[in-house]
Amino acid sequence: MKFWLALLRPGDWVTLLAAAGAVAASFPLFWTGGRAEHAVVRLDGRVVAEFPLAAPRRYTVTGPLGTTVIEIAPGRARVLSDPGPRQYCVQQGWLTRPNAIAICAPNHVSLSLTGRGDNIASHDSINY
Amino acid sequence: MTASTISLAISADDRRIASYAAAAIALTLIEAALPSPLPGVKPGLANIVVLVVLARHGWRDAAWVALLRVVAGSLLLCQFLAPGFFLGLTGALASLAVLAVAVRLPKRWFGPVTASVLAAFAHIGGQLLLARVWLVPHDGVFYLAPVFAASALVFGIVNGLVVARLLRDST
Repeated sequence: MKFWLALLRPGDWVTLLAAAGAVAASFPLFWTGGRAEHAVVRLDGRVVAEFPLAAPRRYTVTGPLGTTVIEIAPGRARVLSDPGPRQYCVQQGWLTRPNAIAICAPNHVSLSLTGRGDNIASHDSINY
Repeated sequence: MTASTISLAISADDRRIASYAAAAIALTLIEAALPSPLPGVKPGLANIVVLVVLARHGWRDAAWVALLRVVAGSLLLCQFLAPGFFLGLTGALASLAVLAVAVRLPKRWFGPVTASVLAAFAHIGGQLLLARVWLVPHDGVFYLAPVFAASALVFGIVNGLVVARLLRDST
């Protein structure tokens, strides 16, 4: 350890501190962007309800198969129950990011989150 | 038809650059075999060679080695003119631009670790910008920026220390 530290010159420490500071600052800078603000519930593609992700509440929407229950909580939302046979939208769990969407196709219901300023999603998804 | 022979004069410069470039290309191939948790998070071992060349022979030689490494490495990995090639090329050009400035820092105060860390940041920064402009035209690419920056810092320090050690042992 001592051997390796001896290879660092005084200015290198300045560089390292500045770089470490920049890395630390980049986390809040890049990771707070795009907070989900609203939950939008659609039935047959039409918006039937919109809630701010603030106070906890539940909302029920009735589709062709029965009743889908949406749960809203501060900063997140989920499909609590759905009459669909495969339960994909329920098993998706909590949605937290803007443009996230849970689709209960059999019951024609979808739950999506929107962020600040972009209520029209410009893309379906991003993959790396 | 008469047989004609074209002979190019090979200078000592050419041989030196070629042997450094060969070392850099070998490291690129080795690195390609290492599993990466995320595209973009790589040790960048070939940059060790570039930094050694920079310290020993100056920026011009370092630029030759870095660019030969990108072109020949991509040919060997069947990546020539694929997106990965352009990302690597952009990273190399960005880090060479930064190194052109870093090489002017006072040697007494700033060693290879500074050059390595700056080059690592330039590398990933250039690649992210190209990815944003060309491959994923959405700000979502920047979501991974902190992870890339952290890995650039870690690998930049490690590579820089290796360079410092190689230079110390050789003088």
